Amino acid sequence: MAHLSPTPVLEPAQDRTMILNMGPQHPSTHGVLRVLLEIDGETIVRIMPDIGFLHTGIEKTCEAKFYQQVVPLTDRIDYLCPMTNNLCYVLAVEKLLGLEIPAKAQWMRVLMNELTRINSHLVWLGTHALDIGAMTVFLYCFREREEVLRLFEAVSGQRMMTSYFRIGGIALEPPLGFFDRVREFAGYFPERVNEYENLLTGNPIWMMRTKGVARMTAEDAIALGASGPTLRGSGVDFDLRRDMPYSGYENFKFKVPIAQEGDVFSRYMCRVAELRESTEIVRQALDGMPEGPIKADAPGVVLPDREKMKTQMEALIYHFKIITEGFAVPAGEVYQAVESPRGEMGYYVVSDGTAKPYRVHMRAACLANLQTLPKMCEGALIADVVAAIGSIDIVLGEIDR
Amino acid sequence: MPLSAASTDLEQLKGHPAIARLLAWNQASVKEAKFDRDEMTIYLDRSHIREACEILRDDPECVFNFLSDVTCLDWFPAEPRFEVIYHLLSIPKKERLRLKVRLDGTSPVIDSVMPVWAGANYFEREIFDLFGIRFSGHPYLRRLLMPEDWEGHPLRKDYPVEGYR
Repeated sequence: MAHLSPTPVLEPAQDRTMILNMGPQHPSTHGVLRVLLEIDGETIVRIMPDIGFLHTGIEKTCEAKFYQQVVPLTDRIDYLCPMTNNLCYVLAVEKLLGLEIPAKAQWMRVLMNELTRINSHLVWLGTHALDIGAMTVFLYCFREREEVLRLFEAVSGQRMMTSYFRIGGIALEPPLGFFDRVREFAGYFPERVNEYENLLTGNPIWMMRTKGVARMTAEDAIALGASGPTLRGSGVDFDLRRDMPYSGYENFKFKVPIAQEGDVFSRYMCRVAELRESTEIVRQALDGMPEGPIKADAPGVVLPDREKMKTQMEALIYHFKIITEGFAVPAGEVYQAVESPRGEMGYYVVSDGTAKPYRVHMRAACLANLQTLPKMCEGALIADVVAAIGSIDIVLGEIDR
Repeated sequence: MPLSAASTDLEQLKGHPAIARLLAWNQASVKEAKFDRDEMTIYLDRSHIREACEILRDDPECVFNFLSDVTCLDWFPAEPRFEVIYHLLSIPKKERLRLKVRLDGTSPVIDSVMPVWAGANYFEREIFDLFGIRFSGHPYLRRLLMPEDWEGHPLRKDYPVEGYR
């Protein structure tokens, strides 16, 4: 869109309305979202999001990389839930290859994914509350988020761009004492969620700012392609983890929180309840963590262990071949969707039988969710736009790719 | 799950409710079908896409009420060059379906499915932006991600990865 042009794309339809430009540097747009508002006094007549400021052409870059080289790129799409992106991509490629994944790797993936969901929801809750004026919650949320990031660092060596999953399994065995640390976190975290809720849920200011604001019906949400808490907040009971399970989610018991009102408060309640459910899944994953290998037995696809590579000729050859020329993937196409913290994250991977993907397309949950913004905000006040944007939980890296 | 061979025989796949429904509506609408890696793909005729989507959305046997994704593939230099791909999801039936339409490279135009799902808006604009495919009936078909004055369509296969310098 006309990014640098000084004149807004939106033209006022009547004499009494004016155009207000919000963003792309506005702090409550969570990155580089520009929103054009046509306002009549304080009331929104029309609203138009303008995106593309963070477009990096990741889909094109993927076509020039080997399959295993795409994994670090997927971290950068949705930088608040890197593991979910990793998971979605590796599941798609594993489906193309017809690869069986050992149980321990699957359970580790579920464990890390739920920690990622907690991490992402904590950032959302903190910044959303900050947008609406509750400063303290932000500090509380980032206190717990820090611990989750330390767990990520312990397991993968990175706080944010983890790239922990590999095609065929996971990169490393978790370090000694890791599960104890996670168990400790899962032990005290529900109490911390109570703390956030004490600050917000019954708070009259919070309720006035969120209840009945930015409403969306279930029909609109489905027609506009909304997913995740944005869909469940409107009363549609659908969660890919439960309804179309992947990566061993069928072994876990958890509730899918829904709310009926379709307003900002409903979406808030859904996500806060998800924080608790995710902690429950983490606990189940810790209790049932199976023993065994963390990588599939597929020598041409999965990198050999470091020790084997140094002592066995065959392992060295495989290592050399995978690094220098990749591995060929049988021709075909796969669409794999997972439930990311924001909704349905989908990877459509097409192979033409070579070592590089012919096409990798990411279905970004936020891109579809952002389309609901005009529906939510028509006739609302300017301040409600900030609440609405926060309640969709957008990540611009995913929208623009 | 070892790979099994893809099934492409339309006669065998007729039993699938979506294919049966579309064939009952119009024999000419379904061109091919493919069942591969547990995913069903139906190749549709270009002129029927909008009605076909409407039928699949409203039919009580299929209820593909949710449009997950719209994207595109470029098979340059083969002809027909483009494939527009729709990923449908049935929330009540918990099933997925992939629809494909082949378009030639000289004038890639296809009907917009925005009247069926309003959410197709950004997806179609993105394809227009990155592949240069026009969606007739789209109310606001402008570039979505690239700057407005950008030349070319970056995701086409004849567009260099590092761009034109």
